[in-house]
Amino acid sequence: MHDIITISGLSKTYATGFPALKNINLGIRRGEIFALLGPNGAGKTTLIGVVCGTVTASAGTVTVDGHDNVTDFRAARELIGLVPQELTTDAFESVWATVSFSRGLFGKPKNPAYIEKILKDLSLWDKKDNKIMTLSGGMKRRVLIAKALSHEPKILFLDEPTAGVDVELRKDMWQVVRDLRAAGVTIILTTHYIEEAEDMADRIGVISKGEIILVEEKKELMRKLGQKRLTLQLQEKLAALPANLFGVSQLSLSKDGDELTYTYDTQAERTGITRLLASLNEAGIRFRDLSTTQSSLEEIFVGLVHQDRNGGAK
Amino acid sequence: MNWRAIHAIYRFEMARTARTLMQSILAPVISTSLYFVVFGAAIGSRITTMEGVDYGSFIVPGLIMLTLLMQSVMNASFGIYFPKFTGTIYELLSAPISFIEIVIGYVGAAATKSIILGLIILATSWLFVPVKIAHPVWMISFLVLTAVTFSLLGFIIGIWADGFEKLQIVPLLIITPLTFLGGAFYSVSVLPPFWQVVTFVNPIVYLISGFRWSFYEVADVNVSVSIAMTLVFLVACLGIIWWIFRTGYRLKN
Ligand SMILES: Nc1ncnc2c1ncn2[C@@H]1O[C@H](COP(=O)(O)OP(=O)(O)OP(=O)(O)O)[C@@H](O)[C@H]1O
Ligand SMILES: [Mg+2]
Repeated sequence: MHDIITISGLSKTYATGFPALKNINLGIRRGEIFALLGPNGAGKTTLIGVVCGTVTASAGTVTVDGHDNVTDFRAARELIGLVPQELTTDAFESVWATVSFSRGLFGKPKNPAYIEKILKDLSLWDKKDNKIMTLSGGMKRRVLIAKALSHEPKILFLDEPTAGVDVELRKDMWQVVRDLRAAGVTIILTTHYIEEAEDMADRIGVISKGEIILVEEKKELMRKLGQKRLTLQLQEKLAALPANLFGVSQLSLSKDGDELTYTYDTQAERTGITRLLASLNEAGIRFRDLSTTQSSLEEIFVGLVHQDRNGGAK
Repeated sequence: MNWRAIHAIYRFEMARTARTLMQSILAPVISTSLYFVVFGAAIGSRITTMEGVDYGSFIVPGLIMLTLLMQSVMNASFGIYFPKFTGTIYELLSAPISFIEIVIGYVGAAATKSIILGLIILATSWLFVPVKIAHPVWMISFLVLTAVTFSLLGFIIGIWADGFEKLQIVPLLIITPLTFLGGAFYSVSVLPPFWQVVTFVNPIVYLISGFRWSFYEVADVNVSVSIAMTLVFLVACLGIIWWIFRTGYRLKN
């Protein structure tokens, strides 16, 4: 199936002369949840802004479901809902009025039943007549989501939707996102909580210093870069690693010599654990305890960005 | 055209007006009454007529214009400046609407409000002095055209302004003096010849003159000149709006 959003050769240099995006090429697949990760100032918000129309590109094109987002901006924008990163809301409007306003702005006829549903889904129903300025930060964030959903978009951009939202409500929010996805809505989100991306995303893109440095299926990414570590606490300290142990290249000994770490690929056909343990037994090395840990998306991400910062990766 | 969007913006702006209804109406009503007390009583006792019109009645069109110009500029400039200031403009920029629809929504609402205020002042004046409207259709036409033109000007100022100061400066430093010097309270013919010439450089003279003509059929300049000048301003403002639209000036990064 064709990508629902196609970004080609996109660059953005701000009036200050700062190049925030450099030749971005990216396709977003229909119906997926795409997580855009990257450190502060990487260009995530700028990229979202260009697609949604709040930032003008310096070069390149964006098409949304086949519509160029500049020459055919009406058709393109009708499909998109945007939840901005900053908490920008009116102050004196009621929740109901501001959400209805958004729907009108996108040219949709009134539909109170639909707005009622959104507000209920986002646990805002009891606040519908409150002035926005009387709401807490997390509630305002949800008002912004309600506004973005008010015109039944096919594509939803969530720029750090969970910043400042408590754990309970964050769960509710992700449930709303899952439901949307199940209804066929394509979702592009940014977050600094990497567990969220790990939980939610189908694909992950990493942006750093205005360049996309990686786009990968989440599963593939976890598989490729995901490694597991088996840690063995030894009963007696070792001075050095015996050279004749199995898989010695994957082994490392802690400084004080009481911990052995075996790093292995989770997806490999044979992890070598059985043979390692047999070989330890033969060598008379005994252990008190053992544990395994898997590298999280966070570690993968930090590794990537770090590499990029040091001019390592492409 | 996304008419629903225009309607949404218009309603949003009118709701903003409604929230501040009392001060919006009270302020001009009080200041108009004060003008009548001060000018009408103090000056009017010396100058009984101007161009054959009772002085109190003579200043009514000027008073209406004064409020109309100020309110149009202030409402429209604030209306568009505020979303820029709070950041809620992101929604206008990401909606399937063009700049033209944004202009119609904001300018329409600002003009509506100032026309309503103009009519309120007219009604207030009626309580103090006799008012005769010789050409009601022309009167309404001048009212609407001026309100729209200066709301456009206000909208332009709101786009241009990057701080509250700039927002205040134009109405305070330009519109008010030009209105006072534009024959709101006197006929230009009472000035010495040199100042008469200077006065005719002031665009607002033409608006007030034409407007007053629609009441009392007395004018400083021919009414066709007034109409022509009003249209010139309108076209000039539309031209600037068009330029902003083409260039995205101060709207997007
Ligand atoms: N209006 C602007 N003028 C000049 N530079 C800007 C502007 N907006 C953003 N930038 C710069 O562009 C770069 C990218 O900013 P952007 O907001 O896209 O980052 P981000 O990835 O969203 O970061 P964060 O995680 O902090 O939200 C930053 O270095 C920022 O300083
Ligand atoms: Mg950002």
